[in-house]
Amino acid sequence: MGNLESIRYFTPELIIVVFAILVILFDLVSRGQSSNGTAYLSLFGLLCATIAVLVVGNVNQSLFFGMVRIDGFATFFKIIILIATAVTIIFSMVSNELDPKAQGEYYALLIAINLGMFLMASSANILIAYLSLETVSLTSYILAGFLTRNPRSSEAAFKYIIYGAVASGTMLFGLSLVFGMTGTTSIVQIGQQLPEIASSYPTAVLVSIIFIFAGVGYKIASVPFHMWSPDVYEGAPIPVTAFLSVASKAAGFALFIRLFYFSFGATNVNWTMLLSVVSALTMTFGNLAALPQQNVKRLLAYSSIAHGGYLLMGVVLLSGDGIKAVLFYLIIYMFMNLGAFFVVILVAKEVGSENIDGYKGLISRAPFVAVAMVIFLFSLTGMPPLAGFAGKWVLFAAVVEKKLYWLAIVGVLNSVVSLYYYIRIVKAMLFDPSEDAETLSFSRGSMALLMAFVVPTILLGIYWKPYDFLKDLPLDRFIG
Amino acid sequence: MLLTSMIFIPLVGAIIVLLVPRDREDAAKWIAFLVTLIPLFLAVLLYFQYDPTSVEIQEVVETSWIKAFNIRYHTGVDGLSVTLILLTALLGPICVGASWKIEKGIKVYLSLFLLLETGMIGFFCALDLFLFYVFFELTLLPMYFLIGVWGGPRREYAAIKFFLYTLFGSVLMLIAMIAVYLNSSVDPGLRTFDIPTLISLAQTSGHALADPTFQIWAFLGFFIGFAVKVPIFPFHTWLPDAHVEAPTAISVVLAAILLKMGTYGLVRINFAMLPAGMDFFTNGLGRWGNALAILGVVNIIYGSLCALAQTDFKKLVAYSSIGHMGFVILGLAARNEAGVTGAILQMLNHGVISAMLFLLVGVVYDRAHHRDINGFGGLGAKMPIYTGITTLAFMASLGLPGLSGFVGEALSLLGAYSKFQLLTILSTIGIVVGAAYFLWTLQRVFLGDLNPKYEAIEEINMREIATLIPLGVLTIVLGIWPHFAIEMFRNSVVGLPLQ
Repeated sequence: MGNLESIRYFTPELIIVVFAILVILFDLVSRGQSSNGTAYLSLFGLLCATIAVLVVGNVNQSLFFGMVRIDGFATFFKIIILIATAVTIIFSMVSNELDPKAQGEYYALLIAINLGMFLMASSANILIAYLSLETVSLTSYILAGFLTRNPRSSEAAFKYIIYGAVASGTMLFGLSLVFGMTGTTSIVQIGQQLPEIASSYPTAVLVSIIFIFAGVGYKIASVPFHMWSPDVYEGAPIPVTAFLSVASKAAGFALFIRLFYFSFGATNVNWTMLLSVVSALTMTFGNLAALPQQNVKRLLAYSSIAHGGYLLMGVVLLSGDGIKAVLFYLIIYMFMNLGAFFVVILVAKEVGSENIDGYKGLISRAPFVAVAMVIFLFSLTGMPPLAGFAGKWVLFAAVVEKKLYWLAIVGVLNSVVSLYYYIRIVKAMLFDPSEDAETLSFSRGSMALLMAFVVPTILLGIYWKPYDFLKDLPLDRFIG
Repeated sequence: MLLTSMIFIPLVGAIIVLLVPRDREDAAKWIAFLVTLIPLFLAVLLYFQYDPTSVEIQEVVETSWIKAFNIRYHTGVDGLSVTLILLTALLGPICVGASWKIEKGIKVYLSLFLLLETGMIGFFCALDLFLFYVFFELTLLPMYFLIGVWGGPRREYAAIKFFLYTLFGSVLMLIAMIAVYLNSSVDPGLRTFDIPTLISLAQTSGHALADPTFQIWAFLGFFIGFAVKVPIFPFHTWLPDAHVEAPTAISVVLAAILLKMGTYGLVRINFAMLPAGMDFFTNGLGRWGNALAILGVVNIIYGSLCALAQTDFKKLVAYSSIGHMGFVILGLAARNEAGVTGAILQMLNHGVISAMLFLLVGVVYDRAHHRDINGFGGLGAKMPIYTGITTLAFMASLGLPGLSGFVGEALSLLGAYSKFQLLTILSTIGIVVGAAYFLWTLQRVFLGDLNPKYEAIEEINMREIATLIPLGVLTIVLGIWPHFAIEMFRNSVVGLPLQ
C-alpha cells in the first residue's frame, strides 16, 4: 500500500506523536502550575490512541510499501503496550519519586516511546525493526536516568546506554549480513530466500541469527545480554522499572517473533536448540540470582529475567501453540507483575523502604495490600488456581507437545526455585512482626487500581475463555 | 450435586467466617463448626446413597471447563473415594473442635482450614486429571500459612520446607500429566484429561498411552509427586518438621488426610492408569526385584527405628506415621487383592489412629507446654481417662488384634507374603519396633512415680474427649468388623489391574 493510503491505518501512531507534542506544549504553558494536568492529558492521549487502534481494527494490511504490517498480532501488542503505559502514568502520579518540575518531559517521553514500541510490534522490514528498536532504547535511557539527583539512577542510565549501544550495533551487523546475503530488507522476502542460502552457507546464517538475537535478547533481557537489567531496574524510578519489565519486554517479544517466526523459521540452521538452551539459562540465572536479593525491586528485576526465560520457551518452539502461549502469558504477566510493582510503589511511598525488611508485618499495617501482594507473588510462582498457573500451563503444554521434555523439566524446577524467593516476601509480610505498628492508609484510587490487578490475576486462573478464544484464532490470519 | 456442594460449601464457609466482625470472633468458631458439619452430613448421606455392589462411578457431575484443552469439571466417586471423603468430612468438625483454644487470628485460621477442606474433598472427587491437580495444589497454600503462622518456634522453616518439597514433586507430576494428555490421542481435538477414559485407553494395547517406555516415565513423574506427599523415603524429611511445628489440628489433617492424598494418587493414577509402569517398578528391575516393595519396607523399618530414637512425643508420632505408611506401599506393591485391600484399609486406619495420636499429644502439650517424653512420668495417676484413651490409641497403632491397626497391616502382610517372602519377613521388624516404642513411651509418660511438676495437671476435658470419641469408636468398630469398610471399596480394588 502506498504512503497516502497508508495514513488512514496509521492514525494510532499519529495520535501518539500529536499528544507527545501537546504534552510538552501544555507543560510549557502551565509551567509549575499543574503537574497532574500533564498526566491527565497523557492518559487522554493514550485513550485516543487505544480507540484509534480498535477502530483501525484487525485488518491485514501492509503499509508504506511493505514497511509496516497491521494485523491482529500488532493490534494485540499495541493494546498491551497502551495499557502498560497508562498504568505507568498512574503509577508515576501515585509515586512521589519524580521531581514535579520535570514531569512534562517525563510524560512526553512515556508517550513517545509508544511510537517506537508500536513500530516494533508491527515492523515488516528490518530497517523499521532496527529504527524502532533504537527509538525505544534511546527513550528508555532517558527514562531510566530520570532521577537526576540520584547517582544510582544516573549509573543505571549509563549502563543501559553502553550495553544498548553494543547490543544494537551487533544486531545491525547481523542485519547487514542478512541483507548482504538476500539483497532485501523485507522480513517476509528474507524468510523466503534464507532457507536456500542457509543450505549452502549455514555458518553465515547462524552467525547473523546470533548477532540479531543480541539486539532482541538485550531488549527482553535474556542471558547473556541481561547484565544491564538488574542495575537499571534498581536505579530507575519504580514506575519506569515496571514499564521496562512489562511494555519493553512485550515489545521485544513482538519484534523477536516477527523476525524469527518469518525470517529464520524455515532455515535448516539449528538455532532453535541454541535458543532453547538460552531460554533454560535465562530462567535459571534469573531465579538463582534472585534468591539472595534483599531489595524487592532488584528481586523483581531478576524475577522478570526469569519470566523472560519462560516466555522464550514459547518462541523457540516456532509453533502456533507456542506463540499463542507467549501472548497469553504476556497478558497474565502484565497484570501480576504490574500489580507487584504497584505494591512496591505503595510500600516505598508509605514505609520508605524498598528492602524486604520494610515489608515486615505488612499484614497488620495494610492487610489488603499484603493480601494482594501474596496473590501476585503466588501467581508469579505459578500456583493454581491463580492466573500465573494458567500462563505457565499453556507454555509448558506447548513445550511438551514439541517433545522438549528437558526444557519443560528445567522450567518447572525453576518454578520451585522461584517459590523460595517470592515466599521470602510473603514471610516478611505475614510471619514477621513489624517494628512499626502504625497502620498505613492509602487512597481509594490506589486501592481500586490494586483491585484492578488482583481481579484478573485470580479470574484468569479459573476462567480460561480468553485462552479458548486465542487458541481458536487461525494463526495465518492473525500474523499476516 | 451432592459432591459439588460438599466441595464448595467449605469454600463459602471460608468467606463467611472472614466476614464475621472482629469483636464477635467466638461466633466464627461456631460458624466454622456448623459449616464443617454440613459436609459430614452430606458424606453420611453419600455413604447411604452409594451402592457398593455396583462397579460404576457414582454421583457423576460433568461440565465443560476449559475448552482449549478439553478440560472438564468432572467429579464422581467410587468406594475408595467415598471411604476417604468420609474420613475427611469426619475430621472437619473434630479439627475445628481441637482448634478452639487458638486466639491469634482465629478467623483467618478457620477460613484457611475450610479452604483446605475444599481442596481435600475436591481432590478425592476429581475425575479429571487437571482438576485433580488443581485440588492437589489447592491444599498447599492454606497448609503453608497454617503451619507458618500458627505453628511452633521453627514454623517458618517447617512451612517452607513442606511447601518446597511438595511443589517439587507436583511440578514433575505436572509434566507427566501434560505428557499423558498429549499422548491420549493423535488428534488434538480428541485429547482428554478424563481419568476413567485415560485408564481404559492405557489398557488398550497398541495405544500410545499403553507403550511401556512411556508408562515408565509417566509413572516416575507421578510417583515422585505422590511419594513426597506419602512420604516415601527419601522424600520424607519435610514430614517430621512440619508435624512438630504445626498446631495440633493441622498435624491431625496432615497425618490423616494429606498423606492419604499421596497414596490415593498412587492407587488412582500409578496403579490404575499406568499398569505397565507399575509392572516395571514391581518386577521389571532385574535383581532389584520389587522396587516399590523395597521402598515400602525401608519406610517401615526406617520410620520405626527413627520413632524409637525420639524423645519428642510429636516427632515420635510423626516417624511412626512414616513407618505405618510403609505398609500401604507394601500392600500396593503386592498387587493382589489381599495386599491392596490391606493397603486401603491401612490408609483409613492410619487416618483414624494418627488423628487420635496427634490430638492426644496436643492435649498434654496444652497442659505441660512441652513434649519431652522423658519429662513426664506417672501421669496415669492424675489423668486416668487420658491415659485410657492414649493406651487405646497406642494399642491400635502398634497393631493389637481386635483394634483397627491390626487388620490393615495383617492384610497387607498377607498379600505381600504371597509375592515376596523375605521382604515381608523383614518388614515385621517394624511391627516389633513399633510395639517397643509405644510401650516404652507409655511407660515413661504414664507409669512410674508422678513427676512432682505435674501434681496439679488437669484431666482431659469434655471438649477434648468429644473430639476423640468418634475416632476411638471407629478404631474399635473397624478392628472388630472391618468388613463394613472393606465392602465399601471392594469393587474399587477388584477393578484395579491386579496380578
